[in-house]
Amino acid sequence: MRIFDPHIHMTSRTTDDYAAMYDAGVRALVEPSFWLGQPRTSPESFYDCFDSLLGWEPFRAAQYGIAHHCTLALNPKEANDPRLLPVLDELPRYLLKDHVVAVGEIGYDSMTPAEDRALAAQLELAADHGLPAIVHTPHRDKAAGLARTLDVVRESRLAPGLVILDHLNETTVAAAKDSGCWAAFSIYPDTKMDEDRMVRILREYGTERMLVNSAADWGRSDPLKTRKTADAMLAAGFTDADVDKVLWQNPVEFYGQSGRLELEPEKPEAGGATYEGNSILRGGS
Amino acid sequence: MTPNPDAPADAPAAEPAAGATAVAALRASVDAGLTPEAREWLAAALADAAADTPGPSAGLLAWEAHFAAARRRCGAAAADTVRVLILHAARADEQVAARVYDRGDAAERRAVLRALPHLGLGPGAVPLVEDALRTNDTRLVAAALGPYAAAHLGDHAWRQAVLKCLFTGVPADEIAGLAERAAGDAELARMLADYARERTAAGRAVPADLDRILDLTRKEV
Repeated sequence: MRIFDPHIHMTSRTTDDYAAMYDAGVRALVEPSFWLGQPRTSPESFYDCFDSLLGWEPFRAAQYGIAHHCTLALNPKEANDPRLLPVLDELPRYLLKDHVVAVGEIGYDSMTPAEDRALAAQLELAADHGLPAIVHTPHRDKAAGLARTLDVVRESRLAPGLVILDHLNETTVAAAKDSGCWAAFSIYPDTKMDEDRMVRILREYGTERMLVNSAADWGRSDPLKTRKTADAMLAAGFTDADVDKVLWQNPVEFYGQSGRLELEPEKPEAGGATYEGNSILRGGS
Repeated sequence: MTPNPDAPADAPAAEPAAGATAVAALRASVDAGLTPEAREWLAAALADAAADTPGPSAGLLAWEAHFAAARRRCGAAAADTVRVLILHAARADEQVAARVYDRGDAAERRAVLRALPHLGLGPGAVPLVEDALRTNDTRLVAAALGPYAAAHLGDHAWRQAVLKCLFTGVPADEIAGLAERAAGDAELARMLADYARERTAAGRAVPADLDRILDLTRKEV
């Protein structure tokens, strides 16, 4: 079984997770830039984070045979801090990089005017750069948040086929599917969505333009939820081909629209199992 | 950027004439391997670099966007050389090289390091070499130790870099000017001997390149 996790925050995960993910079949992933838990206080902190997603994490992932790509953006929560808005002016430079396969994650957190502006501006940046976008739907007031998100997407120059609507659930899936956007579901231990509910949604809505991710981060989450959902699909009578479509072909098709997907991880060079002063495999020095 | 006070006194001056020949040779070698479409793209990219054509967004020149896109346009094998050619055509000085390095991904940073000996720079770009040597990305460490570092990197930093190559498995052959700089370097010899002792005490193998470099330190200056 081959798995592509289209949304996971490896920055918050350990090398044990990388090893377990590889064993479970994960061969590729996309890491969106996001809120780090501790609010940032300057744009430079974002640039260090972007550098990490363009340097350290792909290097780390490659040690475990996993191809790493990223999406970059000013996240919704921090779009409300005026000190951080210069990030929007620097993004064009970063969106040119080889392993940036989308703008994201963008969207709404508290649905403020500042979030409106950042979302609209970054959808335009995606259109300017020929990139798709990954749009997070808010955790609070989700149905209203989705409606407002869809309005902004419709007003943008980005075609719905270039947009992921993420963290969907039973109350938002129908509107998301009707919009023509890709529908993504974050499978969590006990909150957003679980494996069995996901199977029921796939039965009702089919496997077209459907994405399953672990969205694992520093909170209670599980980087193996993609595999567990695949197993639940098989147990419920879906075929291997269905599983491959949802957990590999769909993310490849969506992010492939960037023209920048490379599904072979860069081979670590001889003796190169260290980076920025850290020995990753603990086998070298 | 401040010149490195620890730079070797006999650092050769930048040599624009020989540099131009080397760059022409690079261009010819990379052109030969490109598809006609990529070759045409490269010619246009170099023209943009020479003309400082404005770029796709504010604060970004056209060649800076080309520099980022080089691998997608010309393929992974040619990308480093293409990026070196773009920096050269843009007449990148120390400040420009630093800007492109700071905002580059790992592959772009490696290309800036590879370009340094071709840009006719003084010691002002040494901080970029030092930054790369602080990483343990072997691709960056190797690229940092090219002819520019051989000419401008201070003795202490250079010795640390040699030791780091042994630690991280960068082959000694990647270190430009190794024989010349190691010759007669008693301090480097001491560091190498201590390192060999530490590895032996731990029951671990001594890197194969260590003895070779130790031999070089015993050569007459």
